[in-house]
Formats: sequence, C-alpha cells, structure tokens
Amino acid sequence: MTGIEPPLALLAELTHRCPLRCPYCSNPLELSRASDELDTAIWKRVLGEAAGLGVLQVHFSGGEPLARRDLVELVRHAAELGLYGNLITSGIGLDGDRLAKLVEAGLEHVQLSIQDTDAVSGDRVAGLAGAQQAKRRTARVVREAGLPLTVNAVVHRENLERLGEIIDLALGLGADRLEVAHAQYYGWALRNRAALLPSGDQLDLATATVEAARTRLAGVMIIDYVLPDYYAHRPKACMGGWGRRFLNITPAGKVLPCHAAETLPGLYFPSVAEADLEEIWYRSLAFERFRGTDWMPEPCRSCDRREVDWGGCRCQAFALTGDAARTDPACALSPDHALLTAARDDAARAAPGFVYRQHSAAPRRSRELVSS
Amino acid sequence: MTEQSRLLVEGPTVLRFASHVRFRFDEVRQAWVVLAPERLLLPDEQAVEILRLIDGERDVDIVIDELVSRYEAPRKVIATDVVAMLQDLVDKKVLRG
Repeated sequence: MTGIEPPLALLAELTHRCPLRCPYCSNPLELSRASDELDTAIWKRVLGEAAGLGVLQVHFSGGEPLARRDLVELVRHAAELGLYGNLITSGIGLDGDRLAKLVEAGLEHVQLSIQDTDAVSGDRVAGLAGAQQAKRRTARVVREAGLPLTVNAVVHRENLERLGEIIDLALGLGADRLEVAHAQYYGWALRNRAALLPSGDQLDLATATVEAARTRLAGVMIIDYVLPDYYAHRPKACMGGWGRRFLNITPAGKVLPCHAAETLPGLYFPSVAEADLEEIWYRSLAFERFRGTDWMPEPCRSCDRREVDWGGCRCQAFALTGDAARTDPACALSPDHALLTAARDDAARAAPGFVYRQHSAAPRRSRELVSS
Repeated sequence: MTEQSRLLVEGPTVLRFASHVRFRFDEVRQAWVVLAPERLLLPDEQAVEILRLIDGERDVDIVIDELVSRYEAPRKVIATDVVAMLQDLVDKKVLRG
C-alpha cells in the first residue's frame, strides 16, 4: 500500500507492576517481570526514535508508571524532544513532591483512573484498600500543580447505574475531561465478562445520562463516551486502524500496533533491541499485516465503511472467533455477530464474582481466554 | 459544585491557548499541530491562519478584521466561521479566555 503516515502517538508501557488488581485489566495475562523491563538508556533512545519518526504525544503508562524510579528522567527526556507527555496513572503513590518534579520535568497532563464513586466499591474493584482515598488526594495535587486532569472511569455492570454520580465525582475532583470507558473484553477482562457486561437497559440509561450531562456541562467538563462493542452495530475504528496512528511499546520492549496485539498468534512483533522504530513502523511484517484494507475479508472488503472503522478490532476478532483476520464480530454485518448476542444473554443470566489477578503467582488461566 | 462556566465566544472575547496546550510546527509533517490533553489536532491551512492570530491580546473582532483584510469573503461569512471554530476549541479546552 502507499502513503503510510507517521504515527501520532506512542503508548509507553514502562512496567506491568501495579498496586491495583482491577478485574477488567487490559494487560496481557502473562505480565512482564520487573527484571525484563527496558532500562532508562534504552527508553531514552526509543523516545528519540519516536520523535524522529513523527510521534507527537507520549503516554507514559503501565501497569503503574510511577513504579519506575526513572519516570522523571524519562518525562524530561521526552519533553526535551518536543514530545507531549501524558501520565496515565492509578494515582497510587503520586504525592505533591513527586508531581512537582514531574511538572518541572515537563509533564503536560495526568489521566487518573477511578473505579467507582465510593471507597467500598472503588477499593473492591481496585483490589486495594485505601485506593479511593489515595486517588482523591492525587486529583487534588494534580489540580494544585496546575496540570489539566482527565478522569478515566471504566464502567461495567456493577457501577454503570452510578454513572451520574461518577460524573459528579469527576467534576468535584476538578477534572477537565472525563473518559467513560466501557470495559473491553480481552486480556483479564474477558475472564470476567459475564460479571462485567451491562444489560441493554442499563446501557440505555447510561447513554441518556451522558447526553444530559454533556449539555449541562458544555465548556466545563468534556465527557468522552463510546458505546460498548457488545451493543454496537458497527465496530469501533480500533486504534484508528492497525499501524495507522499508534505505536505501543511493552515493558519488555516489544513494539505493537495496539497494546493487546501480543494475544494474536502467528505474528512476530520486533523488539526495540532488534530494529529502530522507523524500520518497525514502515517495514515490519506485523505492522503490515492488518494495515489498510488489502487484508480484509468480506463483508469488510466491499463495505463503504472500510476506511472508517478499518475492520474493527483484530484482538476482539481473534478472542471471539479464533481468527484475527475476520471481521470484528461487533459489526452487525459480521457472520459472527451472534457471538456477541450470546455473550449478552450469558451476562443477563450470570452474576458471578470477580476473578482477580494474583501478582505473586504465575497466571494460571491463560488458555481459557481464547476458547471462551 | 464547580465555579467554572462555559465561555461564550463573542466579538470582544480575548482568547489564548490553554496552559499545557502546545501549538507548534512539526518538522516531520511540515505542518502545524495542536497538542492538548488527550487531543491532537492537525488544523488545515485556514485554521492555522486563525490560530496564529490567537495571542491573548487580540480580541475576536480584531482577529476577524485581520482575516477580512486577507480574504475576499464578506465579513459576516468569515465571522460566523471563525466564531464557530473558536467556540468549538474553547469547549474542547484548547483555548481559554
């Protein structure tokens, strides 16, 4: 294909270490160990390559990026390269001193996750006592430091009915923007799908709540909200299209078109140790594999939306059908769309508890993911 | 709950880029870009011309006058487009009063 554009943004997953254990965690089942993480010098080189390639924004993420002792140094390096630095954090462990150092280093923005509106359910979902209170403190220090704040709330069956309160909480925390993100069902979240997927009625109410709040809060707080795939008729343009806008680098240095791409079999993702980012972006087989429209099967290939949604999400197609090259089942035109309908019915019946990650033990259920 | 309220863009409104919004030229793309929290805008040529006039000193009327002097279009047409674009950027928190 012709005309590959340079990437816009880099998701830099500095570590998989995290104080939280959210049941919808989107990180892979097999987490990288601290000893496998890229060191400071390699990250600095990679940030330089990213800026040279045309990346404009870098999202420092994880796991919890605050777990990296060199975070300030990496933020400073990114800022010196002209990259716009964003910290995506649980907020656990971000005190005023550390934030002041990050701001001085050139950090531009903080995205803070919240799990729910009150301490009991928030801490339960986070799997950490005291999490909710720590997050409130973090929001305050971010505002005091004069940084813009985005609150990210993952919503699911257990908290969706409190969306109005979530909106009020974000407003009270001083957020400029609220991202209402429906849990996405790959990684750990697929294991908990039946416990997390909301009902159709819940969803209709939530959508109406968002629409009313957007009108009420125009110009005060931005609310980003996307309908969840399981109730959509057309798939989302995952990552704006494979290999079109985003690069993701894992803690161990693998370069991916999206952060869940390692779940896909048969694709070799090069590491930053093997090639520079330009080589990987423009010439690696993995980035070529689902780029553009040539790879598409029907009904995508002849669809007039093929360059709107780019066939949807490859990881979801694989997780649900076992074939990454099929149309995303989120699309009502997909021959596999019934899989989503079945999952909705399944969720309507079941109300199981959460299955939590155990960071101390090796993940045990890794293969269940692909067959469910 | 909040002390903020929506800023409505009008002729006398003086706008500036919000803090932590960067409007800069990107050498790789040879194009102007706007970098903002969770947002990345690649403004077209006309939008760039407008944004380059946003400096925290000129009010919107002066920005419009400046554009009227550059283009053939009637002031009313330009004013409508400019105010709509600036209001959108204010709502997106890219610009502020």
